[in-house]
Amino acid sequence: MILIKNGRVVNPGGKEGKLDILIKDDKIAAVGKNIREKNARVIDAKGKTVAPGLIDMHCHLREPGREDEETIAQTSLAALKGGFTSICCMPNTNPPIDSPGTVKYILEKAKENRGGTVRIFPVGAITKGRKGEELAEISELKDAGVVALSDDGDSVMNALVMRRAFEYAKMFSLPIMSHCQDKQLSRNGVMNEGYNSTVLGITGMPAEAEEVIVYRDISLAAMTGGALHISHSSTRGTVEILKQAKRKKVNVSAEVTPHHLILTDDLVRGFDTSTKVNPPLRTRDDISALRKGLRDGTIDAIATDHAPHSQEEKDDDYRSAPFGMVGLETCLALILTEIVGEGVITLKSAVAKMTVNPARILGLKKGVIAPDQDADVVIFDTGAEWTIAPADFAGPCKNSPFIGRTVRGRVVTTIVGGRVLYSL
Amino acid sequence: MNSKKIVFKRKDLLGIEELSREEIELILDTARGFKEVSIRPIKKVPALRGKTVVNLFYEPSTRTRISFELASKRLSADVINIASSASSVVKGESLTDTARNIQAMEVDAVVVRHPVEGAAFLLSRVLKASLVNAGDGSHEHPTQALLDMFTIREKKKKIEGLNVVIIGDILHSRVARSNIWGLTKMGAVVKVVGPPTLIPPRAQDLKVQVFYRPEEAFIDADVIMGLRIQLERQTSNFFPSIHEYVKDFCITPERLKLAKSDCLVMHPGPINRGIEISSSVADGACSVILEQVTNGIAVRMAVLYLLLAQKQI
Ligand SMILES: [Zn+2]
Repeated sequence: MILIKNGRVVNPGGKEGKLDILIKDDKIAAVGKNIREKNARVIDAKGKTVAPGLIDMHCHLREPGREDEETIAQTSLAALKGGFTSICCMPNTNPPIDSPGTVKYILEKAKENRGGTVRIFPVGAITKGRKGEELAEISELKDAGVVALSDDGDSVMNALVMRRAFEYAKMFSLPIMSHCQDKQLSRNGVMNEGYNSTVLGITGMPAEAEEVIVYRDISLAAMTGGALHISHSSTRGTVEILKQAKRKKVNVSAEVTPHHLILTDDLVRGFDTSTKVNPPLRTRDDISALRKGLRDGTIDAIATDHAPHSQEEKDDDYRSAPFGMVGLETCLALILTEIVGEGVITLKSAVAKMTVNPARILGLKKGVIAPDQDADVVIFDTGAEWTIAPADFAGPCKNSPFIGRTVRGRVVTTIVGGRVLYSL
Repeated sequence: MNSKKIVFKRKDLLGIEELSREEIELILDTARGFKEVSIRPIKKVPALRGKTVVNLFYEPSTRTRISFELASKRLSADVINIASSASSVVKGESLTDTARNIQAMEVDAVVVRHPVEGAAFLLSRVLKASLVNAGDGSHEHPTQALLDMFTIREKKKKIEGLNVVIIGDILHSRVARSNIWGLTKMGAVVKVVGPPTLIPPRAQDLKVQVFYRPEEAFIDADVIMGLRIQLERQTSNFFPSIHEYVKDFCITPERLKLAKSDCLVMHPGPINRGIEISSSVADGACSVILEQVTNGIAVRMAVLYLLLAQKQI
């Protein structure tokens, strides 16, 4: 038994305030004032914030395929350090998650980790080999345990295939997470198209490459009644289209990453490949629209898009280096510092966007601290200041443009299924 | 030239964007002295004796490489050429590894030409040696812009207030970018003209005027600068055919009549005769294309001299 005492409970889906939490086995047993239980191990959370374990809707495992970049055990530790107790992994592993075998492999691998791992919810591919041509065996994937479908990294460019996917996935209530980017319109692009790409002479990806697919997929979701989730929204236009769609009651949700909320393409001016990410860093104007969308509820969730890449691969020219940043370890601190700290949204709203909202979108019985719920809890110190350093990342890949930045808010304890899997 | 009091403090010449007007003027003034060296019977000064310059070319460009080589030799530096064109590129070795190897050879300057934007920046971070960007992708080609400005200043005695038109594929042109930075810093009125498909987004934010018709852009021009059009651009639908490009954008004698009578016609070469410029214009009275080549050596001597000679050993 674990008794978390004296913490400030931020729990958008349940009871809040200065409360104690009692954990029995792998479940929450009680939430209330002054709980006494002499057999419990007491964690004093005085001065700290206690919240449901965070859920990352969008991250990338490198196992199977690139264990040199990050093993499942390392990704798990990265998540735990960041306060995440559940992560959804995108299907672009090698082999991709387009068949039940890969799903089982990942879940088995996670189980083998003796120290215990974060909960992993695989996202299955929409199409075989993520090629955008033929539907993957979605029923088999569902049975194996996927919680959503996505060809992340690529858009399904064939609108008819996408229509069929929405229709077919409906019978399993699987949401489709769409990486929205028209491949022709963004061809050869490695950064945002705009003033900075013009100065640098680098081929850009226009905001419209994202927006035309956001609009298309919203149309298809409305047409089919399927559930659509927009991955890593990055432009003002995307927010505007989403807002309109939600007003029309289309079944659509959306996420945004910390880097798209904080960084602009001005950073690319030094050709630093740690700023290379897809979708690319955009402009001040996009950031202000994304923040407004986060505040008014147009954007439901915050996700990391954690994507480790080796130093060797990132240590290349801007055109050749791979897209992606590590982000699990820094997400919460960045959101607390830059988004909550700047008054964009409240702490409670930020927690909602990383707990109850993702749980709702994915149909998971998670994200709330309440009796009989899984005992997934994070304790963090909103006042603790630290400077992000390479050593803070769990795996060998340190590809973060936030290294050197001072942030406020640090995870001190992460509990998954009643077990303390991480403490600072 | 040693009497110049302003010391050039940079380790590298990566682009014109980072230079101040005073630094550009210093390079151009220094180049004037070196141009005189080039017309002497003995074309050599000892300024860089004992220094080693490496020309590292990842793109075939005989004329730029030869220009840098002559510039180094006329300054008495030792020159090594490394051509890493597709045939001889070291497989698997990254740019930074190549740089570290060159660094280990204790050279003094590296002149790099690379097809990717930012390659020169990447190398400059690794190298202790001075780095001269001889063209990185579509980003910058600073010595070309310097020699263009040198040529304009020599012919027109000033740059400030001149109408300079750059015509062609602005989108993919490092020459255009470097010239836009340099000429606007020097006070010229810069006009770019080309099909909208080849004008980069938000070009007007570079403080240039954007035109789609040469007939409008050329009016009262003091300088017209052509750019080499890559013939394969038509396959990416930047324009439907060479025929149509020539029809609308070739620098012809008729179009040239719209400019001032003493207008200079420039081109960084190599030229596609009859495509971006008609032969009669390229070889005509207004053309200073070959003088640009001559001036290129003097300007590159000035750059190497300023980067290397004033450094304490
Ligand atoms: Zn994606």
